[in-house]
Amino acid sequence: MTNLLIALISFLLIVAVVQFVRVSELLSKVNKEDVNEITEKDNKTQGILMLVVGSLFLLSVVWQIIYWGPLALPAASSEHGLLIDGLMSFTMWLIIIVFFILHPIMFWYSYKYSGKDKGVAFFYTHNNKLELIWTVVPAIVLTAVILYGLSTWDKITNDIPQESQIIEVYSEQFAWTARLSGEDNILGNSDFRLVTAENHLGINMEDELSQDDIIVGEVHIVVNKPVLLKFRSRDVIHSAFLPHFRVQMNCVPGMVTQFGFTPTQTTAEMKVQEENEDFEFVLLCNKICGSGHYNMQMNFVVETQEEYDAWVSGQKTLGAQ
Amino acid sequence: MSEHHKETFISKYIFSLDHKMIAKQFLITGMLMGILGMVMSLLFRIQIGNPGESSAVLQWFLGDRWAEGGILDPNMYLALVTMHGTILVFWVLTAGLTGTFANFLIPLQIGARDMASGFLNMLSYWFFFAATMVLLSSLFIQTGPSSSGWTVYPPLSALEEAIPGSGLGQTLWLIAMALFVVSSLLGGLNYIVTIINLRTKGMSMKRLPLTMWAILITAILGVLSFPVLLSAALLLIFDRSFGTSFYLSDIIINNEALHHVGGSPILFEHLFWFLGHPEVYIILLPALGIVSEVMSVNTRKPIFGYKAMVGAMLAIAFLSFIVWGHHMFITGMSPFLGSVFTFTTLLIAIPSAVKVFNYLVTLWRGNIRFSPAMLFAIAFVSTFITGGLTGLILGDSALDINVHDTYFVVGHFHIVMGLSAIYGMFAGVYHWFPKMYGKMMNKKLGYLHFWVTFISAYGVFFPMHFLGLAGLPRRYYNNDAFAMFDNLSGINEVITFFAITGGLIQLIFVFNFFYSIFKGSKSVQNPWKSNTLEWTAPIERIHGNWPGDIPEVHRWPYDYSKPGADEDFIPQTEPLKEGEIEH
Repeated sequence: MTNLLIALISFLLIVAVVQFVRVSELLSKVNKEDVNEITEKDNKTQGILMLVVGSLFLLSVVWQIIYWGPLALPAASSEHGLLIDGLMSFTMWLIIIVFFILHPIMFWYSYKYSGKDKGVAFFYTHNNKLELIWTVVPAIVLTAVILYGLSTWDKITNDIPQESQIIEVYSEQFAWTARLSGEDNILGNSDFRLVTAENHLGINMEDELSQDDIIVGEVHIVVNKPVLLKFRSRDVIHSAFLPHFRVQMNCVPGMVTQFGFTPTQTTAEMKVQEENEDFEFVLLCNKICGSGHYNMQMNFVVETQEEYDAWVSGQKTLGAQ
Repeated sequence: MSEHHKETFISKYIFSLDHKMIAKQFLITGMLMGILGMVMSLLFRIQIGNPGESSAVLQWFLGDRWAEGGILDPNMYLALVTMHGTILVFWVLTAGLTGTFANFLIPLQIGARDMASGFLNMLSYWFFFAATMVLLSSLFIQTGPSSSGWTVYPPLSALEEAIPGSGLGQTLWLIAMALFVVSSLLGGLNYIVTIINLRTKGMSMKRLPLTMWAILITAILGVLSFPVLLSAALLLIFDRSFGTSFYLSDIIINNEALHHVGGSPILFEHLFWFLGHPEVYIILLPALGIVSEVMSVNTRKPIFGYKAMVGAMLAIAFLSFIVWGHHMFITGMSPFLGSVFTFTTLLIAIPSAVKVFNYLVTLWRGNIRFSPAMLFAIAFVSTFITGGLTGLILGDSALDINVHDTYFVVGHFHIVMGLSAIYGMFAGVYHWFPKMYGKMMNKKLGYLHFWVTFISAYGVFFPMHFLGLAGLPRRYYNNDAFAMFDNLSGINEVITFFAITGGLIQLIFVFNFFYSIFKGSKSVQNPWKSNTLEWTAPIERIHGNWPGDIPEVHRWPYDYSKPGADEDFIPQTEPLKEGEIEH
């Protein structure tokens, strides 16, 4: 209702403004002025507006960084995530500095060089030396950014420890299911043609390796122990997004994708740190997948080895069912 | 060559072969579609800003079928998001921008009577019109329009059981896009051939206005990349209708295993983004070209670094073909590929930076005339800086992991496309309106339009970066399902407020545009005192552009405030004086 009122009032305001302008146009016609010629006065006004609005804009950016910056995700709760946070910090600082150098220059020039009837512009066509400088300097800076970025990416995607706990995350419209690989740390074979009402994930029950697998609706993992998530999809592309761990990987029907990480904080620790009793590490879907895309949730619980052992002993393996 | 023929209403306004009329057809169609696309964004903004609250506006626009009780249906939410993206990226920023300014300006700025083929040109508009009709028809069907995002990834876009919009709606989308691609290719070929072959005497490539360079490069990008989109669409049509498995494998839908085996959705993504990335430069480059022109004319100075500007555009165009994988870092493609694409993507920042610096030096020590066009040109530089810088984060694969498909991306691409490119388009309309219609647009309304737009647009899209850094995904019907997003509603309210304000103020522009066509103050032949050839043509506009011979060109277009000249501009047609050196 409020939106409708705002829209209506704004519309009427616009109509009022338009009528006002039409009247002023007619008046100028009467006075034989060229109503749409850009005058020195216009230039002065617009130049001042550039400076004022520009400054307010820059101030608003500072305000947003101060007030909304803290709403960003807390520091990463995974090893590689902390590397990402470092790279993010570095790059953010870089772009914020560049932003706050270039914008004042632009707004200032717009104000300072606003056109005067007697003004003369400076006929300056090119300067190859300048072009060289501001090609080479960004190139050097960007080389540093690229190298830093690529080394981080390499660490994230290539350094997968042998002892990583393998967990399958299965996505579908509109839910997640997980499968622990059990004692042997190997997931049993699966195939979409084996899916039945009882065998939702299409696991090959003839496969020995499947016997110790465990299907769960909430994933528990041990703090400081590496895990390797393997993703499958039942129907369309989904994306497994675990923002607190800085993990994201598409789940693509027809292939298995993966992402490995090591959690560094337990859920209990996070509840304290975030001052939020209800905090959970969540898994969200982050690739448009249909009407329920906004509501695919699964919790990841990070706990100590003892807590994990207690939890897993209460779960039934596939073989035992 | 155009022959004298008896002009009827149909031959003048409908099936015109005259590039100026065709340009206006593209412009008006683009504007109307832009209004539609904008309204769609306001509709889904109402939903995301006030989830669960009944909205009379939604009810009025969408009726009981899609907004029962004033609450937007989740499938229609995704449909609106999809159609908004499709319409704005393709219909407004590609056809509306290039179609208008390439068609209008090429013959006039290079000194030609018309395009190389007026007939192909006319066809390019009418294929575009046909595409428009097909796309619009998808809004009225039972199962709704395409709903898998403007990126239409399969399997979601291949299977109507996965989302209703992937039924007939998706088919119509694909047909519309096929027609659209044909239109683009016809146009692009015409632009390239005309610019290369039909330049007037003295108009060497080194004397071409930067707008022409930009449009030429854009057209080359288009003819090389649009066919790949067409192939992606054709393979999708095959998978949807003929049982093939290019993109599909291992799928269970409605508890039924589909027969498709062996395909990969990632193939689609590669094919799509092979166009998709050059596409955003197809959108940006014409805007860059327009801004270069508008800035130079209105600072009364040469554009600084003409050769560097051309070189930068060529570098951007070349690089744009080898960065597409940065849309796919977390698709499951090989991490090595991710490294390659990070490298090439961050490289593109270099020529982009060069252009920004050149624009700033163009402003320096200028004598700036703040026409509404100039204001938009300056705003272009601002948003290009802002959007370009956040691109550095997204282009870095390791950083993309946590911001991919979040509002950080939404903020980034809206600032570079929805702001930068649209500002370029506005600048172009305000600047060339006198040439198009012989009238001036109202400057006070122009100023009002600019300032409210500039403030509102940043008000909508800058805050989105913070939503993204908080982990908020895009294309979410509502943000209430996850407690972790509860504290973001304040930001969302700010965005909604500016979205409505910014959206409504565009009505001023639309009014100004149409009102001025009929009642605007009459323009003189060269109101902006510009050097380029189009302003030597009579303001009344005739077939063949110039009443007598086509003028000859003796200099580059940027002799503004040249020392020793009588005026602060020297049109390209002015021969060099005794002892005068060409720049």
